[in-house]
Amino acid sequence: MKIFFKKEYFKRNEFYIFVVLIVLSLILTLINPTFLTFNNIFDLLRNNSFLGILALGELIVLISGGIDVSFTAITTVSQYIMGLIITSYYLDNIFLTFLIPIPIGIILGLINAVIIYLTKVHPVIITIATLNIYYGLLIFFTGGKWMYSFPPSFTNFAYIKVFQISTPEGITGLSIFTLFWFLLAILTWVILRYSPIGRKIYAYGGNAEAARRAGFNILNIHLFIYGYMGLLSGIAGFVHAQLGQIIQPNAIVGQELDVIAAVILGGASISGGSGSVLGTILGVLLFAVIKNGLILMKLPSYWHQVVVGLIIAIAASFTAYQSKMKNKRMVKIDVE
Amino acid sequence: MSEILLEARNINKYYGGVIALSNLNFVIKKGEVHCLVGENGSGKSTLVKIITGVVQPEPGAEIIIDGVKFTHLTPLEALKNGIQVVHQDFSLFPNLSVAENISIAQYIKKFKPVNWKEINSIAKETMNKLGINLPLNVPVNMLSIADQQLVAICRSLASEAKLIIMDEPTSSLTREEVEHLFKIIKDLKNQGISILFISHKLDEVLEIGEVITVLRDGKKIATVNRDEVDKQKLTFLMTGKEIVFSKNQYKSFENNVVLEVKGLYKKGQFSDINFKLNKGEVLGIIGPLGSGKTELALSLFGMNPPDKGEIYLQGKRVKFNSNIDAIKNGIGYVPEDRLNQGLVLNHSVENNIVITILSKILNRFRLIDSLKKRNISEDAVKKFNIKCHSLDAPVKSLSGGNQQKVVIAKWFLTLPKILILDGPTVGVDVLAKNSIYETIKELVSHGVSIILISDEIYEVLNNCNRILIMKKGKIVDMLYPEEITEEELYQKVWSKEDKLKVL
Repeated sequence: MKIFFKKEYFKRNEFYIFVVLIVLSLILTLINPTFLTFNNIFDLLRNNSFLGILALGELIVLISGGIDVSFTAITTVSQYIMGLIITSYYLDNIFLTFLIPIPIGIILGLINAVIIYLTKVHPVIITIATLNIYYGLLIFFTGGKWMYSFPPSFTNFAYIKVFQISTPEGITGLSIFTLFWFLLAILTWVILRYSPIGRKIYAYGGNAEAARRAGFNILNIHLFIYGYMGLLSGIAGFVHAQLGQIIQPNAIVGQELDVIAAVILGGASISGGSGSVLGTILGVLLFAVIKNGLILMKLPSYWHQVVVGLIIAIAASFTAYQSKMKNKRMVKIDVE
Repeated sequence: MSEILLEARNINKYYGGVIALSNLNFVIKKGEVHCLVGENGSGKSTLVKIITGVVQPEPGAEIIIDGVKFTHLTPLEALKNGIQVVHQDFSLFPNLSVAENISIAQYIKKFKPVNWKEINSIAKETMNKLGINLPLNVPVNMLSIADQQLVAICRSLASEAKLIIMDEPTSSLTREEVEHLFKIIKDLKNQGISILFISHKLDEVLEIGEVITVLRDGKKIATVNRDEVDKQKLTFLMTGKEIVFSKNQYKSFENNVVLEVKGLYKKGQFSDINFKLNKGEVLGIIGPLGSGKTELALSLFGMNPPDKGEIYLQGKRVKFNSNIDAIKNGIGYVPEDRLNQGLVLNHSVENNIVITILSKILNRFRLIDSLKKRNISEDAVKKFNIKCHSLDAPVKSLSGGNQQKVVIAKWFLTLPKILILDGPTVGVDVLAKNSIYETIKELVSHGVSIILISDEIYEVLNNCNRILIMKKGKIVDMLYPEEITEEELYQKVWSKEDKLKVL
């Protein structure tokens, strides 16, 4: 227990997010007791696994000092091609189905990486461009048709639970997709903490010029960052199709800012160099709880956007204020 | 210890038609502290870039490191052969811990998982070698500038450096920190590591250097032993001209107080500040880093309102809430960090000069009159002897000294009564310094009073009518330059015991 009371834990950003998350959950429970039921919590974790997986990829991009807004298009493209293949060849094997979107995502991510590295144009511009290119080409070639009748293996997979519990409202459990999310979170954490490339990403985000001078291979760093974002986009494409059991080309594009907001809410800095996996998970959960709360409170949906905007502004100002206070403590000089 | 570590032969480098280095030969021995001096544009940084592999020399060059011959180096080859640079900006990773910054080279070796114990122990061992003790897990941006530099030095040591190149390492250190740095340099030397020390400050070069190489206009003028030269001779070698910094005699200032400060106090910055400034006087304020002199200057300029105390302008009490008030009252401020605070670097010389007086050059449609603008900026360029090939040239294409003159000129145009110059010659070379001193004379001849803030002894001694010494937020002494020698002033400014003398 001792380590939980170490002083530095309270200084960390994650601690504040955690406290806000708990307080908010309690308030919501008081307003609507159905909030804090197993059923609702497992639903929340299942439905947000899609956002959560994308947030992990965006976290790495933000730590490196970059930004990616094209991942929704990558997710859509990889998901759509997966859907086309399994419906037209009637591929009834969930494992092979899962493997289809991954290479597509990685390739599209690597294209981003190469363009960003070669042109040296800010990633936000490049990824806005590729978002439109990827998405535009998809709509052009497919006509934007919806898909909804999939082989049985695809349909059955969505109901798999890691474990089940019975509650007064019925049987519920932890979805396989939540497991996906948490396993990928652990993978991301290990990469960031224990692999040289992970540490190089932090270093590059902290001072790009110093990274160049230290002899880091900047192209490799770019390939890894945007390739990893592509990989996670591919997996998220699979998860999204599973959750809805429907593939619509226009369902995902437009959610970029939600993902970025959740990551920033989790303490990552838009200027690079900082951010953590734990913070990102908490950020996604906080974001999810707020949205869920607004629904449970039966507020009209346009208020959702207002609230989301306010939260982003407050969270970002808080982070900036904290670092300002840190600096202030430093410049004070001693006067007798 | 006379083995050769690095030899560069036949180094030529052209940029377009411009010769950056011509036919240079250069030797660094093992365990040697080698200083490299020269004016801006003399080729120092090009030489460093060639040694570190950032730029390639023209064909025909040879670089021999520890007996291995190269025709040119790549950055990675330079690193692998133990050539490390402590850049002026340190090139650290501000968000990473001290330990990680020091051990960063671990990540470049073959792929293996990060071993945090090893990262920490490498950092610890390296710091022990130099007798440094910094917390391992604190992010580097929480450290002082001097400590950040120590981290950068430890990093090069941990990367198995044979040669550490230090680019202007003392420019933002206090005197005590400089002494500590010199001790570290001697430790490094005793461990057989060579140092290439690049600095504008000749006193320091003469203090730490064993061998000094002088560059001028891309050519090596001489490589001399420390004992063979003094400051005068080095200056001559660097510039090719005898420069004598003559004491400026501004005896003629009127005894007419334009500014009086009484009991100025700001929590944590300065206290009990009292002084007077006369018309046409140059008042020097000198003190070590952290003495509060810049904070005081910003208070006079309205950007750092004091907690207590009174400011009188020509006998009238004033209170500035912002620098707009100060400018209206005829006070100008030329910041030390002219690149970030004083100039719009991409804009032309002309536009930078007139930026303070835009409202005075309007035509009858209330739009900027380009003829007036051109005339005013032409006059200013002539008056202050600003060297630029055209008024439309971007300010960033000018040398440091000329950039500084642009800042001074733009403030002069506001017709200030008082101009505060904060470190006006930081980072400019000897010749440019001299011409900035001429500029100060020019300003004084127009009746402007100057507050000159500096930490260079000869600068205040040669340019001021009176000198205030500031330490730890207090004025500890007031001196007249004609009554004191350079050594005495040096002692007073840098002495460690801070006896407070009542003025």
